[in-house]
Amino acid sequence: MSDGEEPEAGDTAPAAPAEPARMYDVLVTEAFGQTVLHPSVDQYIDTIAALKADGYVSVIDLCGADYLTNPNRPLPADIAGERFEIVVNLIAHTPPRRIRVRVQVPASEPTVPTLFDLFSGVEAMEREAYDMFGVVFENHPDPTRILMPHDWDGHPLRKDFGVGAVPVQFKGAAAPR
Amino acid sequence: MTILEQPVSTDAAERVFRRGDDSAVLRISEADAEMVETLDIDPMSDEPMIVNMGPVHPSTHGVLRLVLEMKGEQVLRSKPVIGYLHTGMEKTGEQLSYLQGGTNVTRMDYASPLFNELVFSMATEQLLGIDVPPRAQWIRTMMCELNRISSHMLFQATNGMDVGAVSMMLYGNRLREETLRILEKITGLRMNHNYIRPGGVAVDLPDGWREDVSGLLDMLLPLIDEFDELLTGQPIFRERLQGVGAINVDECLALGVTGPILRGSGYAWDLRRDMPYLNYAELDFDVIVGTYGDCFDRYAVRLNEARESIKIVQQCIEKMPAGDYRLQDKKVTPPPRARIDDSMEALIHHFKIFTEGFKVPEGEVYVAVESPRGELGCYMVSDGGAHPYRMHIRAPSFVNLQTMPHMMQDALVADVVAIISSVDPVLGEVDR
Repeated sequence: MSDGEEPEAGDTAPAAPAEPARMYDVLVTEAFGQTVLHPSVDQYIDTIAALKADGYVSVIDLCGADYLTNPNRPLPADIAGERFEIVVNLIAHTPPRRIRVRVQVPASEPTVPTLFDLFSGVEAMEREAYDMFGVVFENHPDPTRILMPHDWDGHPLRKDFGVGAVPVQFKGAAAPR
Repeated sequence: MTILEQPVSTDAAERVFRRGDDSAVLRISEADAEMVETLDIDPMSDEPMIVNMGPVHPSTHGVLRLVLEMKGEQVLRSKPVIGYLHTGMEKTGEQLSYLQGGTNVTRMDYASPLFNELVFSMATEQLLGIDVPPRAQWIRTMMCELNRISSHMLFQATNGMDVGAVSMMLYGNRLREETLRILEKITGLRMNHNYIRPGGVAVDLPDGWREDVSGLLDMLLPLIDEFDELLTGQPIFRERLQGVGAINVDECLALGVTGPILRGSGYAWDLRRDMPYLNYAELDFDVIVGTYGDCFDRYAVRLNEARESIKIVQQCIEKMPAGDYRLQDKKVTPPPRARIDDSMEALIHHFKIFTEGFKVPEGEVYVAVESPRGELGCYMVSDGGAHPYRMHIRAPSFVNLQTMPHMMQDALVADVVAIISSVDPVLGEVDR
């Protein structure tokens, strides 16, 4: 992490960058006028900490995405697409601006550090991302499922989790016949 | 009447970062929480005991379950357990086309369905790179504000009933029903409208809408003023809410809280004013803030926000332009019914839209609007097909629920009910 290379956090990447733009030593792209950062898993927590220091007051949203069936999505040239992505949306209030952080998480080791100590509001969101995608958040204070039953098998928002593949049974109900 | 002191905390977000036993959050697993009922605890002893409140409890606004660690009447730690209404709507969203998606998301926050449709449509439109005609924008603005009124009236009804002002159930719901009547007249349905769609709205405003909406506003204002007499000045009501469930700005920001809870603690942040979308930049309204961040402030913020919404709807009536109510791009919106009989292209477009849907260019986008509960966001990824590749809804209630353990620490059981009510969660959106 190198702070202060581009102190203006609201800066956006040029439309057709000959040399990729960087912020906090992290690749920056633009999607529909929104700034997107692409840190690696190792840079992830430092990037978020730098953003917090730069006035991003809240993690508004954290969610996962599974790109199993779409491995060739558009990404900056230096970024190798992995199966999972953790997408973090942050907001700054003065001046009002947003930034998005997309982290590539390999399926072989789906682990990222938790942001709990920076923004404690991610607790529920990270539990949801774990529940839905099976991405493990290291050092999370409550690494349990949140939406699915605690004894559920699998992670439903993964692309290889078929719709209707699991017959749903209410807990405690008698088996059919 | 008790005069409240400003909570003594400037940089006191510290408590929401606690991990251990001193945290207000009782971090035990769902399974352990079920087990405690089989534990051999003497109920007469002084030991803290764990009580499961809900998921079927009249004051939990649906199917919220709270695991409370109690010492007598006092709550030590707590944890909201959710998921009882989880139906995998984000997964369902990946199976539906962009046109069908509205019917899915509108069922998430069922007290303010138009906002869900709005954020979904706005995300789709950004990916498509289309602009919606001005009249459609104004219709959307007006409908959303009407929906905000109905949602806040529902809050007044349930909040009043939860703290013992049972007549509020009738007073609040009467105003909600009157508002829903107008929504029904315009959209055809009381709830789950599927009215705001990518490209505009489903149908134009019906004849006589000006009189209907103006009549509603004229009726609402004096009836909302009645609430002041019924509730705001009532010592019993104030005693139940003042100083209960206080939370400060730093804690709200650390927890990602938005909406009336954040504003109730005295922080003026409203996406409608600060990051305007639709026509809010051209409208004149105030952002309501509280001072102490307690249950009473949250009640007052919502009550006055309803008044501001009335102001906004009035301006919408005055400023409503003529023109198209939806984009005339036949790749996105279906052609008028009459055209189908005499135009082959119209028939083809109609058939294509309703069988395979329209394709959306590859990309990812995050769009947010200010729903009655806070920031409602939609993160949408398209792979170039006719269905979203990933559709995530950032539900305000889901995030706001995390404030509950902190608000409830050291409160009494009776306050727990007031606090749940003042967070105003909609479990359909929490669980999705």
